Amino acid sequence: MRARRPAYVLLEDGARFDGLACAAEGHAVGEVVFTTSMSGYQESMTDPSYAGQLITFTFPMIGNYGVSEAAMESDRIHARAAIMRAAVDHDQDGWLAWLTAAGIPAISEVDTRALVRHIRDQGAMRGGVFGGELSEEEAREVMLAEPEMSGRDLAREVTPPQMVTLDSVGAGGGPRIAMIDTGVKRSIVDNLRARGATVELHPCTSSADELRLGHPDAIFLANGPGDPAALDYIVSTVRQLIGQLPVYGICLGHQLLCRAVGLDTYKLPFGHRGANHPVKDLVSGQIEITSQNHGFAVLGPDGSHTIDHDQAVRWETDFGAAELTHINLYDRTVEGLALREVQGATVQYHPEAGPGPHDAVHLFDRFVGEIGGTMAGAAS
Amino acid sequence: MPRREDIHKILLVGSGPIVIGQAAEFDYSGTQACRVLIEEGYEVVLVNSNPATIMTDPEVATTTYIEPLLPATVAQVIERERPDALLGTLGGQTALNLSKALYEDGTLGRFGVELIGADYEAIDRAEDRERFRDTMTQAGLRVPRSMIAHTLDEAQSAVQELGLPFIVRPAFTLGGTGGGVVRCLEELGTIVGRGLAASPIGQVLLEESVLGWGEFELEVMRDGADNVVIVCSIENLDPMGVHTGDSVCVAPQQTLTDKQYQLLRDQAIEVIRAVGVETGGSNVQFAVNRDTDEIVVIEMNPRVSRSSALASKATGFPIAKIAAKVAIGYTLDEIPNDITTRPDGQSTPASFEPTLDYVVVKVPRFAFEKFPGADPMLTTHMKSVGEAMAIGRNFTEALQKALRSLERSDAVFDWHREWVELDKATLLEQISVPHDGRLKLVMDAIRAGATPQEIFAATRIDPWFVDQLALINEVAAEVTAAPELTPDLLRLAKRHGFSDAQIGKIRGMTADVVRGVRHALGIRPVYKTVDTCAAEFAAATPYHYSTYDEETEVMPRERPAVVILGSGPNRIGQGIEFDYSCVHASMALGHGEGGAGFETIMVNCNPETVSTDYDTSDRLYFEPLTLEDVLEVVHAEQQAGPVAGVICQLGGQTPLGLAQGLADAGVPIVGTPPEAIHLAEERGAFGRVLADAGLTAPTHGLASSYDEAQVIADEIGYPVLVRPSYVLGGRGMEIVYDDVALEGYIARATAISPEHPVLVDRFVDDAVEIDVDALFDGDELFLGGVMEHIEEAGIHSGDSACALPPITLGDHEIGRIREATEAIARGVGVLGLINIQFALGSDVLYVLEANPRASRTVPFVSKATATPLAKAAARIMMGESVKQLRAEGLLPASGDGGTLPGDSPIAVKEAVMPFNRFRQPDGRYVDTVLGPEMKSTGEVMGIDADFGRAFAKAQAAAFGSLPTSGRVFVSIANRDKRSMVFPVKVLADLGFEILATQGTADVLRRNGVQASVVRKHFDGPGPDGEPTTVQLIAEGGVALVVNTPHGSSGSGGSVRVDGYEIRTAAVRANVPCITTVQGLGAAVQGIEARIRGDIGVRSLQDWAAR
Repeated sequence: MRARRPAYVLLEDGARFDGLACAAEGHAVGEVVFTTSMSGYQESMTDPSYAGQLITFTFPMIGNYGVSEAAMESDRIHARAAIMRAAVDHDQDGWLAWLTAAGIPAISEVDTRALVRHIRDQGAMRGGVFGGELSEEEAREVMLAEPEMSGRDLAREVTPPQMVTLDSVGAGGGPRIAMIDTGVKRSIVDNLRARGATVELHPCTSSADELRLGHPDAIFLANGPGDPAALDYIVSTVRQLIGQLPVYGICLGHQLLCRAVGLDTYKLPFGHRGANHPVKDLVSGQIEITSQNHGFAVLGPDGSHTIDHDQAVRWETDFGAAELTHINLYDRTVEGLALREVQGATVQYHPEAGPGPHDAVHLFDRFVGEIGGTMAGAAS
Repeated sequence: MPRREDIHKILLVGSGPIVIGQAAEFDYSGTQACRVLIEEGYEVVLVNSNPATIMTDPEVATTTYIEPLLPATVAQVIERERPDALLGTLGGQTALNLSKALYEDGTLGRFGVELIGADYEAIDRAEDRERFRDTMTQAGLRVPRSMIAHTLDEAQSAVQELGLPFIVRPAFTLGGTGGGVVRCLEELGTIVGRGLAASPIGQVLLEESVLGWGEFELEVMRDGADNVVIVCSIENLDPMGVHTGDSVCVAPQQTLTDKQYQLLRDQAIEVIRAVGVETGGSNVQFAVNRDTDEIVVIEMNPRVSRSSALASKATGFPIAKIAAKVAIGYTLDEIPNDITTRPDGQSTPASFEPTLDYVVVKVPRFAFEKFPGADPMLTTHMKSVGEAMAIGRNFTEALQKALRSLERSDAVFDWHREWVELDKATLLEQISVPHDGRLKLVMDAIRAGATPQEIFAATRIDPWFVDQLALINEVAAEVTAAPELTPDLLRLAKRHGFSDAQIGKIRGMTADVVRGVRHALGIRPVYKTVDTCAAEFAAATPYHYSTYDEETEVMPRERPAVVILGSGPNRIGQGIEFDYSCVHASMALGHGEGGAGFETIMVNCNPETVSTDYDTSDRLYFEPLTLEDVLEVVHAEQQAGPVAGVICQLGGQTPLGLAQGLADAGVPIVGTPPEAIHLAEERGAFGRVLADAGLTAPTHGLASSYDEAQVIADEIGYPVLVRPSYVLGGRGMEIVYDDVALEGYIARATAISPEHPVLVDRFVDDAVEIDVDALFDGDELFLGGVMEHIEEAGIHSGDSACALPPITLGDHEIGRIREATEAIARGVGVLGLINIQFALGSDVLYVLEANPRASRTVPFVSKATATPLAKAAARIMMGESVKQLRAEGLLPASGDGGTLPGDSPIAVKEAVMPFNRFRQPDGRYVDTVLGPEMKSTGEVMGIDADFGRAFAKAQAAAFGSLPTSGRVFVSIANRDKRSMVFPVKVLADLGFEILATQGTADVLRRNGVQASVVRKHFDGPGPDGEPTTVQLIAEGGVALVVNTPHGSSGSGGSVRVDGYEIRTAAVRANVPCITTVQGLGAAVQGIEARIRGDIGVRSLQDWAAR
């Protein structure tokens, strides 16, 4: 019989799920979350938004098609561990070898559905993947040493040490975009560059002046990990830029822009992570199937978590009116809004996919087009 | 958008009889659609010729017509009913073609009927090969290079452009009928010719070969606001070249990266938009070149399809229901997702894409053994007759569960099997051509040391699948090598789908012992839920599957439960009819309106059926119907609450075969007890029951060797009917006329069923065969229906046309039949349904066989007599009496199917044969002659005031209308010549021109019927090019063929060869072919009725209210 290394997932509330260790030695702790996306495991593992988290894959067979450079969403793995029902590793240089080489523990043969149902009912919480040799008491100690996700600034851990400029792909002539890089995915940058934009990736601690230094046509707030409420330094930077430059944001960026105009965010019970969430575009009336990865969301105008009707409700913000543009049809949470009196718009979901469907990728045309419109206006 | 208020009455067209390529899935989809439309307040008019469907239950639609699915007939329905709209996308290719025809002939326009779902333009863009290709090209999508051909010359010129091999696809056919692959120039004439003949418009598409590319399908749903979602992706294990219906399929797709998959998704959405299917489901098929990442669009079905049914069952997303809702105007976000709807009414909308946390595998079930000589090679022409689906938490588990769901011992992987020392090279050679046993040979090749790359090179099966097979083999090797069966090892094997029986075989123990060990160790499956969302939301719908994991989701319950065992994959002899009975039991016993108040629990593994719809029963277990799997379900439910019993009587032979094992394990079986089942099936015991009742069976004997059989045959005299014991659908049954044929049969039959001996019966010649379905409550008999076969005894009852009420039997005979039925039911100890076959010859009533279970004819009898037999049976099984059911109104207050009033309509059932699907390796069709081995895949019903009209309708529904003029070719066996004279004379008087072979023509002439002599096929064309019969038929010069077979089946001779050539020519040319004298008599009556021109349409509700 092949050597099998027992391992287990232990959650903060004591729930335990047994399995077999299948990648790097050692343990991993952090927030245990799940994604329902059926493909794109490598994209997820390398998505900086998963920093500090252990990913439970609801899709039961993970590793089917190996790994490739094309599926990297950043230069390395950010998730702390992979939790799976079945790990598939048929190549010598396949999925598990890749995790092992990066020092990432993984566990397979877990009743992931039971784990997901537990998180769904009890909420995402701290937990870890531990080798069978470690007692639950020891495991618990390690786990509790890890800070909780609420109030956590993980952006600093994934942001680049210094500014990097990436030229547009192809013809160019598009806008220059200063991105506050709280852990941006390659797909976002690629989508902007493919539309002619030059993209500056700034450390998240950059000041408003530093961001303005290259004379950007717009500010872009990236996706990223952690609690937006812990990033007030970015929020105050953004406040200085709103109204001066168009500001756009995706995911964490959406939450930061909202906080910057005075709206509030809250932690979802277990987040939205997957590639099948229906989002209605309230401007076009179309429903798009979207890629999602967030644990926090923006409160509605009356402070409610959900919006009852498919209507473009308005917030009064510190920068004038904001209007709901996108709504999640699963749980009716805010998925996007536009500032009406200054230039800026954001979405909570991931129009860049990576992984996930391309239904919303046209949003980059809209954003880049709007920025281009401002440029044309400025030139005339 | 709210529902449409401008339409009130909607016409829905079903798919007709079950044929290969179009099966029970369209009952499932049509039933869902009817229910939705009725719920929404529309009047629904339904037309379908298939009585064995739930959709044709009179309470499903507002008005139900069991009428032939022909444009003229449906036009009559339209004229009578004046619907506002026609929904033609839920009845398979048949309904789509009909919708198109009714549009083209102006019927829809004349009566102001709007095509909803897909309009005419969209249907045409998807179905017309040339337009589809142009549409795709304009949308920027790549399709295989192709050319349209209408002649062989055009096809010749295609070779240069497309290269060889190339694919032939006839336009407007279903299930790939008439399609094929031209691999060399020599094959071009045959294969293209066949395709041209199969296409109703004489058009074929010749296409660049994408053989060996990966095959993928996406199920797409679109609403009127242009919202599009992908319900499911399906990947075929067998690469391009094998029809998807014949492929092993997995859902969702497994081997594409996210980037590759998203490209397919984008293209699928492009396709539905470009074709312009406004609302509803479509299925888009792609080929993906695994080396170059090229994607080509293969085809698109602008309708609900077989794959949609699979996708619905695989995901829990009810495609047909949603398709019906979007067709009447709703947008996807206005439709709640039933599965996630909670008791408080909260739910998520249907505008999403299901995500799966399990793996679904579908495997085809073939029936090549039914068609001796048929080529088992798999091509683009579908040949499987059914399918099984299984769900697991990994591929290996799902695959092994699916394979054992097929209920064929030769389908499951078997390491104990005598290891034939085949070398790797031979195995690689054998698997290079797809055929029905390939998967097991791939496993053998792995055992013989072939690498995934070598197997990929030979088969083009993606290495991922080969790796998974290798994983199963590794686990088997561990189980083989382990010194003892440890808990870890057992758990490992179970997690990879090994059954107790497989493990037992490897370890040299029985399945019972393995089960005992497993239970002692506490290793049992848990049950997870199919919930469309991978547990992201709480789901209240108990649609379960087993797996070896930690947490079970079976909820406790208060009400006592009844477990209904379904019938597994469709096969010849056990099809949708049994599903019908199971569904009815669920309705009758549930706690809905008119139900007995039990919690109903369905166990089945057939994705095509209504029984596996998540809202048919209170709980659904999508599980193989093996003893192990059923025992585990029963155990899980016993943990959840009281279980009143298990019903084994309604799903055909499959659950019946499990009854004894379940009873032995202490499971309560309701209805006829296993001992009684045994009594009816064991010949000796049954003989005593008959003797006690003073009834006669044809003389018979039991033989376990050829010598024994020969002695018995000598005693009772040839011809004899030989068959293995314990059979359904006449499996392995044959009439033999001499010692040689008997010896040949014994050699083959012993291979079929080694445990059981062979029965040798006196074959009752020239007798009328009678089929009876009856209810018995232990005291009172309710004669459901007495059916008189149109063909004489010797043709399998499932293949024989029959009439109800019986057309030639008098009250006296029915009285005798009633007495005999009651005596047998009482003697056997039936509680519920019994089906008995009698033969009445020379005034002797022979009992041929008795089956203490629901029969194939239950739905037909129920529809013909407007009495829900299966519902009543279920209630009787749970302890109610016929008297109580009469009082309640479920059964008529007085009388029964044996005392139908004089003005009752006559219903005729006709069987539908799949002969056009099967060819010999040389490309010729298999013989179409009928015998005691059942060959039909489905049935139709014709109902009208008299036999002639009812028969004409049944023929029209099964084969197309009987001719009213033209030439009739007659060639008849000597023994039939006397009885043929009169009907042929009538045909001549009706204006038909009679053609005959020399011998038949002479007899006719002597009896005053002029007949022109045509050359026999065997003699070849005449000196001046006079055509042979076969040529005449092939050229379309004959409107009707009458040919009764000569001599025994199985042996050769020129006369027989001629008969074979005549019949297969008729199949090829789509000319009605009558093979019995009785059938000829019936056809003459039908033709007379057609010539009189008074065949109308009338709904079931109307008949019942007469």
